[in-house]
Amino acid sequence: MTEPVLPPIGMLAELTHRCPLQCAYCSNPAELLKANREMDTQGWVSLFEQAADLGVLQVHLSGGEPTLRADLVDLIACLARRGVYTNLITAGVGIAEGRIESFAEAGLDHVQLSFQGAFAATTEKIGNARGAHEKKLETARRIRAAGLPLTINAPIHRHNMEEVPDFIDLALSLGAERLEIANVQYAGWALLNRNALMPQREAVERQVEVVEAAQERLRGIMTIDFVTPDYFAIYPKPCMGGWARDAFMVAPDGTVLPCHAAATIKTLHFERFGDWTLSRIWHESSAFNAFRGTDWMQEPCRSCERREIDWGGCRCQALAIAGDAAATDPACIKSPLHARMGALINEAAGASTSANGAETFTYRRIGRVTEPTA
Amino acid sequence: MIETARARSLVSMQSKPILKRHVRLQYDRVREAWALLSPERVFWPNEVSLDILRLCDGRQTVAEMIASLGDQYGADEAEIAPDVTGFLQEWSDKFLVTL
Repeated sequence: MTEPVLPPIGMLAELTHRCPLQCAYCSNPAELLKANREMDTQGWVSLFEQAADLGVLQVHLSGGEPTLRADLVDLIACLARRGVYTNLITAGVGIAEGRIESFAEAGLDHVQLSFQGAFAATTEKIGNARGAHEKKLETARRIRAAGLPLTINAPIHRHNMEEVPDFIDLALSLGAERLEIANVQYAGWALLNRNALMPQREAVERQVEVVEAAQERLRGIMTIDFVTPDYFAIYPKPCMGGWARDAFMVAPDGTVLPCHAAATIKTLHFERFGDWTLSRIWHESSAFNAFRGTDWMQEPCRSCERREIDWGGCRCQALAIAGDAAATDPACIKSPLHARMGALINEAAGASTSANGAETFTYRRIGRVTEPTA
Repeated sequence: MIETARARSLVSMQSKPILKRHVRLQYDRVREAWALLSPERVFWPNEVSLDILRLCDGRQTVAEMIASLGDQYGADEAEIAPDVTGFLQEWSDKFLVTL
């Protein structure tokens, strides 16, 4: 390492893999952990204390469905005591009455609520859960009633892309400050279901126009953040802001990873919190140091003027598509394998022509272990 | 159109800006710097931005804030006014400040 390692700013805590929904686009790994593998309350509290000491300023409490953890209110209180900004990322289904209020009282700062569709039928189809949409609407109302700021998160793919204008209306009607329209990232379950989820190029282009017009029209009324689709991109995203640069994630069993899909890189070894301290993992873990900075880069990244903008893109996508985790992310136009992205779009269009895609999904379930193939 | 129910706030000399509830300005002892925490991002305001944000207490008007900043910086109020109002409008549009 030529540069000093700076302290991390953000942490994604996947408290559990359990979830009432079975979304086919889930970013969790294909091998999900059962409840008995989850770190206990004391483990998470100790991890959060060490994270605050290390310099973490923001923790995203996610899953699975984080509200399935009975101790969530205690975890929020622990972070609030340390002045860490807490963001609850929830599907908003099955949250008992009074709990959202208790999260607010414990010091929760913000809630991000996902909608799989702008309409009930779409939400139910994507999440494979009856009645989910109405429950989410009720959760949104309770979040607002508790005085918490709200972001609506809409993961976008072939089956709901035409609902983008309706997602915008929905977020406005729910009083959200912010709407995140996120093209699905093809890792975890989404990679398994890539052919069933991949949109057509024309649909993506239409959607980008709708979003840009809405961003202009709603300036100062509601923020719309847009996560661009990698497969249709020219340059890659700086995944996690650069590998092990200012953020990391923790799996339900306490394994600390540079990103949520990193475990797909089988040549890396990841430490578990408890075996090592968080500080030691951040600074010394071979997995964290594997792609840190720019020294690991090959051409065309190594001499690229964008190397400290993109940080080489996504390592997991490089492995999945280029077969080498140290290769340039094929989302980049400079990658010799960039054309493969277009070929995969066409392949998906040919593979799944059914209008009702439900039967082509592999729904997310614990215990269903299927290795994704690129 | 649903959005007509909500309107963009525009800054005026009578506005009394205050940091939004979900935004927190706090000193980070690890980095020895002031951080502004918001839902998805952490901002590191420079000294001038910090001086403006510290005056966003919901009691002072923009006119009073400009007078105070003019004093602090020994600057002409008319000269700094556009910078201050521009900053506040931008931060209101980003949902960090309520006008």
